[in-house]
Amino acid sequence: MSQNTNAVKARNERYNKYVETVTPKTSIPKALFHSFAVGGLTCVIGQGIGDIVKLISPTMPNDMVSNITSMILVTVAILFTGLGFFDVIARQGGAGSFLPITGFANAMASASMEFKTEGLIFGTSVKLFSVVGPVVVNGIVWSTVAGLINLLILGMK
Amino acid sequence: MEILQNIATYAIVFATGGALCAIAELLVVRTKLTPARILVIFLIAGIILESVGVYDYIFKVCQAGISVPIVGFGAALAKGSIEMARSVGFLGAFAGGLVRTAYGVGAAVVMSYIVTLVFNPRTK
Repeated sequence: MSQNTNAVKARNERYNKYVETVTPKTSIPKALFHSFAVGGLTCVIGQGIGDIVKLISPTMPNDMVSNITSMILVTVAILFTGLGFFDVIARQGGAGSFLPITGFANAMASASMEFKTEGLIFGTSVKLFSVVGPVVVNGIVWSTVAGLINLLILGMK
Repeated sequence: MEILQNIATYAIVFATGGALCAIAELLVVRTKLTPARILVIFLIAGIILESVGVYDYIFKVCQAGISVPIVGFGAALAKGSIEMARSVGFLGAFAGGLVRTAYGVGAAVVMSYIVTLVFNPRTK
């Protein structure tokens, strides 16, 4: 009995060692720098789009400017996903490529493209939210809670 | 003078946006959190920042550095919900978040569908 458990333990140890040798070693500073650069650059592009929109139409309200900015960012990111450019960015960028709104768009588009083979209704339409679902669901639930709490505390305007 | 100010703004945008992504990357490397969990954590952080009322002050300084990462999405959801709850009433809390973020989410869904129709997935 004890011999058996010892054998299992030894096997687990061997396996863990094997996993360690196979896992690719990423240098943490390099990964951090890459996500910093890619994420920062994405935000700078977003700021640039907003500034250009403001230049073209100075009277536009700020809310609309940010709406247009996010629409352009999302559209470009999804086009990049379709053309296969986004994979190149994501391989280098790590968190820098999935944390900005462009990563949200890429997750949506890549899931919907991947399941195209299963049909437009049961593939694409079903899987569209399979990756971003947690974000959308949690966002709606907790923002509603935030709205209700604020209403309770501050009252109507 | 204005050019200098613009350069400063862009530097702050780059620094804050990059810093947020570096924190997320540190979470990926150091803990076993999956990207989806990290996205939800940052999203809820944005909702909390907005409902406490701090987000607007951060946004004035950091601009796109905080609004382009998912934190800004959470803040927009919370802002819409809070504003509509306070102007329409109790029912507004349920609609406000979606109304405010509808432009981005709508564009993402429609564009994803079109891109799926046009392009075929490539094998990696």
